[in-house]
Amino acid sequence: MNTASPELADTGRPTESWRERHASSIRQMRLYWHTYRRNASAMVGLVLVVIFLVLSLISPWIVPYPADATGAVHMADKLLPPSAAHWFGTDEVGNDILTRLLIGTRLSLEIAVIITGVATIIGVPLGILAGFSGGWTREIIMRVTDVFLSVPALVLAIAIVAALGIGIVNAIVALSLVWWPGYVRLVESKTLSLKGEAYVDAARLAGASTARILFSHILPNCLSPILVKASMDMGMAILAAASLGFIGLGAQPPTPEWGAMISIGRNYLPTWWWYATFPGLAIYLTVLGFNLMGDGLRDVFDPKSRGR
Amino acid sequence: MALYIGKRMAFLVVMLFGLLIVTFLISHVAPGDPASLAAGPDAPPEMVERIRHEYGLDRPLPVQLGIYVAGILHGDFGQSVRTGHSVLQDLSEFFPATFELVTVSMLIAIILGIPLGMLSAVKQNSWFDHAARIVSVSGVAVPMFWLGLMLQLAFALDLGWLPLGGRLGIMSTPPDPVTHLYLIDSLLAGQWDVFGDALSHLILPAVALCFPALASIIRVNRAEMIEALGQDYITNARAQGIGSFRTVAVYALKNAFLPTLAMIGLRYGWMLGGTILVESVFDWPGIGLYATQSAIAQDFQPIMGVTLLIGANFMIANLLVDLAYIWLDPRTREAA
Repeated sequence: MNTASPELADTGRPTESWRERHASSIRQMRLYWHTYRRNASAMVGLVLVVIFLVLSLISPWIVPYPADATGAVHMADKLLPPSAAHWFGTDEVGNDILTRLLIGTRLSLEIAVIITGVATIIGVPLGILAGFSGGWTREIIMRVTDVFLSVPALVLAIAIVAALGIGIVNAIVALSLVWWPGYVRLVESKTLSLKGEAYVDAARLAGASTARILFSHILPNCLSPILVKASMDMGMAILAAASLGFIGLGAQPPTPEWGAMISIGRNYLPTWWWYATFPGLAIYLTVLGFNLMGDGLRDVFDPKSRGR
Repeated sequence: MALYIGKRMAFLVVMLFGLLIVTFLISHVAPGDPASLAAGPDAPPEMVERIRHEYGLDRPLPVQLGIYVAGILHGDFGQSVRTGHSVLQDLSEFFPATFELVTVSMLIAIILGIPLGMLSAVKQNSWFDHAARIVSVSGVAVPMFWLGLMLQLAFALDLGWLPLGGRLGIMSTPPDPVTHLYLIDSLLAGQWDVFGDALSHLILPAVALCFPALASIIRVNRAEMIEALGQDYITNARAQGIGSFRTVAVYALKNAFLPTLAMIGLRYGWMLGGTILVESVFDWPGIGLYATQSAIAQDFQPIMGVTLLIGANFMIANLLVDLAYIWLDPRTREAA
């Protein structure tokens, strides 16, 4: 007598939990995590990034002086040195610098996500297209990419900001427009090497459409280098936006953007040293975190690069 | 070899033309109106129209591109509204200062980076290796402009050892211009005091600028040295009793140097971008400061000029690095 329950017989498949169906992916992730965890500098990076992300989410509720982020003025408290009441001191209008730094984390996160996001959305499809199609399409895409890579991103971004007008929104637009070429080159070379793999030929012989080959065979295999680059670029984008803020082309005061804060704070050196010092440390630790995390991810995904 | 160089030169010209199209698109297609920018903020509408016509801005885009490219080929990079000079004149005045800064900074990065990378590879996982690793991960993460300010704070404002900014102190007069590089010109004129003054003004900005390059050079050189030191020819050299200094500094470094050289070429271009930040901190009168001040004043043509100049420099640097690469590596030398 058949003891199997009718619904199982219907699907033709025994009830597998989500966990069982994804057992191999879970094992893979466990292995990745195991490798990552043993890398001390990668863990430092992860901790820095997690602190940054948590702060950017909760900062509006934990800052000691919420009004100071929106341009409050307390002249009686101006330029106070670090103390128990103001851990990082106050600025020229009496705003608490710690408050402004914490509020600035959210802006920095937005900057990083938008710039890196736009760069991958533009760069990855172009890279796959160039690598997969070859011929003239590839020639044109890659030569345009070369031209963009021939000028430092910051210089081109300054030119675009100058054309669009000064401000944080235009700075983000400009940096997004110049950030994609790196992804094209990365994905193109990866696609080229994947194109010759046996499983891609097999898929084609089995009658898979080009779109299917691209989405289920090429793209998934490009993901790990993209992830590594994106992790590092999150930090680099924050650094670039802060640089534009510092030279006066990005965020304008009183926006609590780290680079813009340093740009004002430099006028108060050396007596009021805390004003320019702490925002710089914030940028440094954030960028360092994303870089170390990217390094750690590369070591996990690409064992050959380990220890480099 | 000659054929290869010819090909690369042709490619360089194509790339420069591509860059011209990019700057053209930025300056002519962006929403801002170049005619009203050139006319100035208070210009009457008739004047804006006249300028629009004079610059050919009322013509179709391809015609405008032709006019633009023809102008550049004749050395006409436009006018700076802010300085009142032609952009070409301004660039030739400010570029030597930037070139001097970037070159000295790159020399510092190379002179420190190669031995540091080499030593960390030899003493892998020692405290020295870890210290060098901290320098190399921090070097790319630290904001260059902030590092510059901190160096000013420590060495100029607090200790008073080095000047705060500028290219020369107010007591010095610039040496007779031959190369327009103060270090070289002052030596040519035998003015040691001017040389010392110029050098002391160079140190802080050059150090602030060198960190990302230093970091990358240490990193690449270390990795390549580790790879090279694991090769059979090193074991063989050691077995033959060749001294360990010679094995490392000659046999292994020779092979590790080529990838490092490629990184140096790449970083040179990034330095030209970074100089914009450092010049702004140290009031260094180069094209970076010129670009920043022009951008803030919405003075458009100078920024395009700086972009083209930096792009051209970067392309030429990469070409030189590639040629050096071929010349140094016998395998590619024969293939070319």
